Amino acid sequence: MDNLLFNLFAVFTVACALGVVFNRNTVAAALCLLLCLVGVAGLFALLDATLLAFVLVFVYAGAVVALFLFIIMLLDAQGGTRRPFGRMAIAAGVLAAGLLATGVILLAGATGPAAPLPASPDNTLAAPAQLLFTQYLLPLQVVGFLLLIAMLGVIVLSKRFEGLEDIK
Amino acid sequence: MDFSFYFNFPLWVRLPLQGLAVILVLFPLAAACSMAERKISAWMQNRPGPNRTIAPIIAWIPGMGILQRLGIFQLAADGGKFTFKEDPVPGHVNKFYFILAPIIAMIPALTTVAVVPFGAYISSAGQLTPVILADVDVGLLAVFAVSSLGVYSVILAGWASNSKYPFLGSVRASAQLISYELSMTLSVLPVFLWINTPGSHGTLNLFDVVAMQSGVGLRWDSVWFGFTMPVSAFIFLVALFAETNRQPFDMPESEADLVGGFHTEYGAFKWSLFFVAEYCHMIVGSGVFVLLFLGGWNPLPGLPLHLLAGWLHLAGTPLLMGALGIAIFLGKVAAFIFFFMWVRWTLPRFRYDQVMNIGWKKLLPLAIANLIFYALAIALIQK
Repeated sequence: MDNLLFNLFAVFTVACALGVVFNRNTVAAALCLLLCLVGVAGLFALLDATLLAFVLVFVYAGAVVALFLFIIMLLDAQGGTRRPFGRMAIAAGVLAAGLLATGVILLAGATGPAAPLPASPDNTLAAPAQLLFTQYLLPLQVVGFLLLIAMLGVIVLSKRFEGLEDIK
Repeated sequence: MDFSFYFNFPLWVRLPLQGLAVILVLFPLAAACSMAERKISAWMQNRPGPNRTIAPIIAWIPGMGILQRLGIFQLAADGGKFTFKEDPVPGHVNKFYFILAPIIAMIPALTTVAVVPFGAYISSAGQLTPVILADVDVGLLAVFAVSSLGVYSVILAGWASNSKYPFLGSVRASAQLISYELSMTLSVLPVFLWINTPGSHGTLNLFDVVAMQSGVGLRWDSVWFGFTMPVSAFIFLVALFAETNRQPFDMPESEADLVGGFHTEYGAFKWSLFFVAEYCHMIVGSGVFVLLFLGGWNPLPGLPLHLLAGWLHLAGTPLLMGALGIAIFLGKVAAFIFFFMWVRWTLPRFRYDQVMNIGWKKLLPLAIANLIFYALAIALIQK
């Protein structure tokens, strides 16, 4: 049953991810991204990481993609006449393909049964909270500040401060 | 009555049956809300409201006149009209997404109810057990996560309609729903700080929230959270109005300046699906509010359900005790739905900039201050 569900969610996720890349319509691509995230959440749920699954749906599917759509609709960004593959895009694609190939080769080359997974802690909220507030406290704060900086950057870049009238 | 044969069915038979049963209650309840809306609006405006509709055959039964004047049959007439009238699809819309939008509206609306407990009974092991479809540990987070997907139906409806008023409505909706989600999430944190006492395993389960409001008699832990955390309750309530697109926050529709907002181009059955979904959100949202702040299925503060059931000699029969709990819970939800409609005819609609100001400059700082205050207070009390 678990295997069947895993295959189902995996195929669904990959298919939606391909949809994001190949869709000409930006709104349709964003919706594919939404379905892709739901598929990943399903995979998390199969791994008994219910918390992670719902956080993923809440934050990414519920808010981030909605904002993507908001921006797409606001700018009315329909695929322009620009060539789909620029020089940078090709370089990035080759790099990504190389990384993916390395990963697949390493995985395929690993012989013998995989090491047994460490016993998962009780499926409660206390366990991840404990980790977040002790071991991963610093990385969490750093990521938080990164996001804050990005947000401030957007405000500074997008808002022209002519005179002091704007800054209230 | 012995219902133990039911538990011999395999799980894949029982779960769909239970889900179907809940939807078969929720869906008509949402439809009935639309009727209540019309009748209550009428009373608020000092007019009779719908009071003529009746099927000829039923009219022969004596005593039906009272129901007729209450407008009960209008519900069936409305439903019939929406189902059978022509369902036009304008020529300028993006057909696939246009038809998809109302369907997407129904999915989160009917899914969220799965993790909301609506009653309790004493199991054969002598333990208080929730009446719930899926008893997951992340409870409230699941409600928030799934109901946050509801925004896509509004966005898609507005975008696929391919005309300016629906589009404006959906742009407003996406900004408004995301803005108020923040305050809503922050406002419930004090409740969970309080119920997750030091050393507990950590829970976001709504059943545990009610269990913490089930003290017997005049004790500290029998007070409902609505009284100990009034600011949280208020912020949650305001955010709930905004999240369900109810007046005074119905920016995505706002008939006065956007014709009909995101559903301008919709008619007949598709239009009614949007509204059933909105009422489902209202019912589930009211239910969550009742569970968090108004003691869930407990009839009075200090008088929990198991005590009342004991007095009525129902505690031994899970079926009756469950029914009693569900009745009390639904009664509170119904009172809340009435409150929604009361507010609709009491407060004028906000302007869009006012909605954004309230959300970001008033409600969010208030929610953060409230959280800090309760975090400190709870840390001191539960030390």
